[in-house]
Amino acid sequence: MQEFADIALTVNGDAVARRVETRQHLVDFLRIELGLTGSHLGCEHGVCGACTVRVDGAVVRGCLMLAVQADGADVWTVEGLSDTGEIADLQQAFIERNALQCGYCTPGMLLTAAEMLEAGRRMTRAEIRAFLSGNFCRCTGYHAIVDAIETAMQGRFGG
Amino acid sequence: MADPSPSVGRPLPRSAARRLAFGRGRYADDLRFPGLLHLAFVRSPHAHARIVRIDPAPAIAAVPNARVFTGADIARVCGPWQASVDNLPTLVSPPQHIVAVDRAAWQGEPVAAVVAASRAEAEDAAAEVVVEWEPLPAAAIRDRTLDADAAPAHPELGGNLSYATLIRAGDPDAALAEAAHTVEGRFSFARHTGVPLEPRAVIADYDPGEGTLTVHGSHQAPWHQQDTLSRHLGIPEHLVRVVTPDIGGGFGIKLHIYGEEIAVSAVSRLLGRPVKYVADRMESFVSDVQARDQSVSARMGVDEDGGIRGLAVDALSSFGAYAAYGRPPVNEGMMTIMMTGGPYANGHYEGRLRIAFQNKPPSGMYRAVGQPIACAVTEQLVDWAADAAGIDPVDMRRRNYWTDEACPLTTPGGIGIRRLSLGRCLDRLVAMMDYGALRAEQAALRRNGVHRGIGVATFLEMTSIGPERYGPAGAHVSTQDGATVRLEPSGAVRCVTSVVEIGQGTHAALAQIVADCLGTAPQHVAVVGGDTALTPYGGGAWASRGLTIGGEAAWRAAQGLRQNILELAGSILQADPAGLDLAGGAVCDRATREARITLAEIGRIGHFRHDTLPPGVQPELAVTRHYVPDAVPFALANGVQGSSLEVDTETGEVRLLDHWVVEDCGRIVNPLLVEEQIRGGVVQGIGGALFEECCYDGEGQMLNASFADYLVPMAAEMPDIHVGHVETPLEGTALGAKGAGEAGTVGAPAAVLLAVNDAIRPLGAQVSSLPVTPESVLTAIAAARA
Ligand code: FES
Ligand code: FES
Repeated sequence: MQEFADIALTVNGDAVARRVETRQHLVDFLRIELGLTGSHLGCEHGVCGACTVRVDGAVVRGCLMLAVQADGADVWTVEGLSDTGEIADLQQAFIERNALQCGYCTPGMLLTAAEMLEAGRRMTRAEIRAFLSGNFCRCTGYHAIVDAIETAMQGRFGG
Repeated sequence: MADPSPSVGRPLPRSAARRLAFGRGRYADDLRFPGLLHLAFVRSPHAHARIVRIDPAPAIAAVPNARVFTGADIARVCGPWQASVDNLPTLVSPPQHIVAVDRAAWQGEPVAAVVAASRAEAEDAAAEVVVEWEPLPAAAIRDRTLDADAAPAHPELGGNLSYATLIRAGDPDAALAEAAHTVEGRFSFARHTGVPLEPRAVIADYDPGEGTLTVHGSHQAPWHQQDTLSRHLGIPEHLVRVVTPDIGGGFGIKLHIYGEEIAVSAVSRLLGRPVKYVADRMESFVSDVQARDQSVSARMGVDEDGGIRGLAVDALSSFGAYAAYGRPPVNEGMMTIMMTGGPYANGHYEGRLRIAFQNKPPSGMYRAVGQPIACAVTEQLVDWAADAAGIDPVDMRRRNYWTDEACPLTTPGGIGIRRLSLGRCLDRLVAMMDYGALRAEQAALRRNGVHRGIGVATFLEMTSIGPERYGPAGAHVSTQDGATVRLEPSGAVRCVTSVVEIGQGTHAALAQIVADCLGTAPQHVAVVGGDTALTPYGGGAWASRGLTIGGEAAWRAAQGLRQNILELAGSILQADPAGLDLAGGAVCDRATREARITLAEIGRIGHFRHDTLPPGVQPELAVTRHYVPDAVPFALANGVQGSSLEVDTETGEVRLLDHWVVEDCGRIVNPLLVEEQIRGGVVQGIGGALFEECCYDGEGQMLNASFADYLVPMAAEMPDIHVGHVETPLEGTALGAKGAGEAGTVGAPAAVLLAVNDAIRPLGAQVSSLPVTPESVLTAIAAARA
């Protein structure tokens, strides 16, 4: 029942080529084959957002995408965005505000928040909350996460 | 604490957050083990059924590297266990196999374990295992489990009642009969579960050479696991080691011992290879312990001016198919009848409890255990009684709180109270909410057909439970914690603690405590824990005990090290240690505050230059201390919560507008950590109030076992949560800290329920089942109109 396919893609800026099982989803590929364990699995059915990664510039749920579908794609995870410093301000705001407890949702939250920042403007708390509505956090109650994202927006866009 | 402290009390960010926010968390499923095998379970599709035959052949045909272990295979290594409580001899509970043998008692119970080279292959093989079933009638509707014609959850028990008890104080019948007003209600609290985002995960590695078992797992109580694994697998305890890496949330769900974890260890032992099992989300919904699940009838009597005269509650609680093994299983129900009415002066009380089996997943401890039920019942009765007596709900509460003069006391439910700060918390809350303005706005909007509601709910939170509960029960649960504090040669400090970090930030707070004792900064203190072979023995993360107990142990160890450092400095400096102190990373003169020798210098000499010390001086730069809570049986925190919301009377939807909490968890070591515990707890409480329910059909099939169908609070529906503090230090301890982990969850369901009923009261409607759903609101409104 196993079928394999060859894929070549860019992950966190590095070229990667692998033979993968056609049924393997993207996050299992990142975690198991590449050792990028910063992306997590909370449901594997597309609801919790713990598996959020960036593919060709947009956030996707890595558990709903097969690794073979990422053939030729440009994939970024929390590890890569940490290395480039792109989300350093968000991370700092999360740390200072204690916007994470167990940290299991945090990589997905950060990727989603990074996409929010791409809008290039400050958002209201209600807008931030709506944007986060696909990312489940069981620990924080969200308030601190909204605070941290507000702080990062203020830092980037002033006001 | 002896020294006014520069770091305790400050909102310092924690170093672990820095690691986790960079994707450098190391959770159980992230760890790598050479030669690892993966395990998947075959689970019962029936709530209750006899296992006629298991045929593993098709699984092996499909995945030749797979191995299948039936319940009987596992039972040869590890027999069944049976929940028991030494001081509750009447508790009835059946033996439970690690993996079902002959009969499955809930949908989702493991019936076979399948091992293969990858998880995908293990799942492929598990799907091919053929099990022939003979379905049996299931006990699946809580309120009918004790009916004479109810199907038995376990045929051999002859009935579904597991335990019944009664608490009585004063003369509740007469008090209720004589009351000027009586109010009553029948409440229902749905079965729900804890859903930590990281599912349960375990890797067991039995080494046949040394006979050692090392288990890495996402678990809140590694000590308890070590004990259970040792006893049930027959491996000497010193050869069992349990390691907890980063843990993606627990909330009580990961406090329990599960058959799955034991089975993984048993299979590892049989094969001599490391074996991993990680639950997927669908499995979590049918195998994690579930909680709440009670119906409660309650009645309160008050006199003309609103003084409470008497109170009676009758609770029917559920165990699921088994009383969870290893810890006293009756707590959800016991907390209900012990805590109901707790904050209010009253001498006449009756609390009746029955606990019954159903063919559903075992019930266990979930954050706040029973207290949200007691709180919601009590507070709703107080609101109704205030209405009957024509008194504002806030005044009603102020009038009925236990007074300072009455303390210390034991409530009729049996809760020992030393001191409360409810009046001060209420005053603070009313000011934070601007209660008067909110009421005025509510009245104005009502004239426009807008239905706003305000709920104000008082809560008590029992934290840091000591040995009185677990010792006499015969549970192998340690209520103490320990710490070793060590000065490194560089002058840096290491604290090795038994406290298990599951995201609360306790380790960061321990660093603050130790730093203050040693006159250094928290960033010079590294805290490590989570390994039963290497840290002092302890209890684990439950009952909001990390700081109250583990913090006290760390304080004592650091005080011991402080004394040793001062004595060594005295030898080096030829000075009287009594004239020395620690501050600013150095030993200083107690009187002049002038630095005499740095901690780094003490570390260097104490570890490397013994040759320079006077003869007979033996530097002891590591100190271990343990702390058993002995001042009080538990640390009682208290507070008040407020909720403001709007009910759409056309759709039944509830929109949360604002939420306030004023809590008193004693001395606050780090307000940043405490406030986020409170907020997170509130949102879990709101989950129970408005969303969360494990829905079952009449045959015991769970209908919503996925994240798509089991509703949890998401960011968009949650309000901002305003937190204020009153600090009444816990007596009899150096730190004075009480727990704060469950306060939010205890009080939030009550605050929200009261606010909903406050909103729909003008329509003559009321709800008393949690979760409150749009459908239940509309039904209540329709019933009132009819
Ligand atoms: S793991 Fe992908 S959405 Fe939950
Ligand atoms: S911090 Fe634990 S799930 Fe968000």
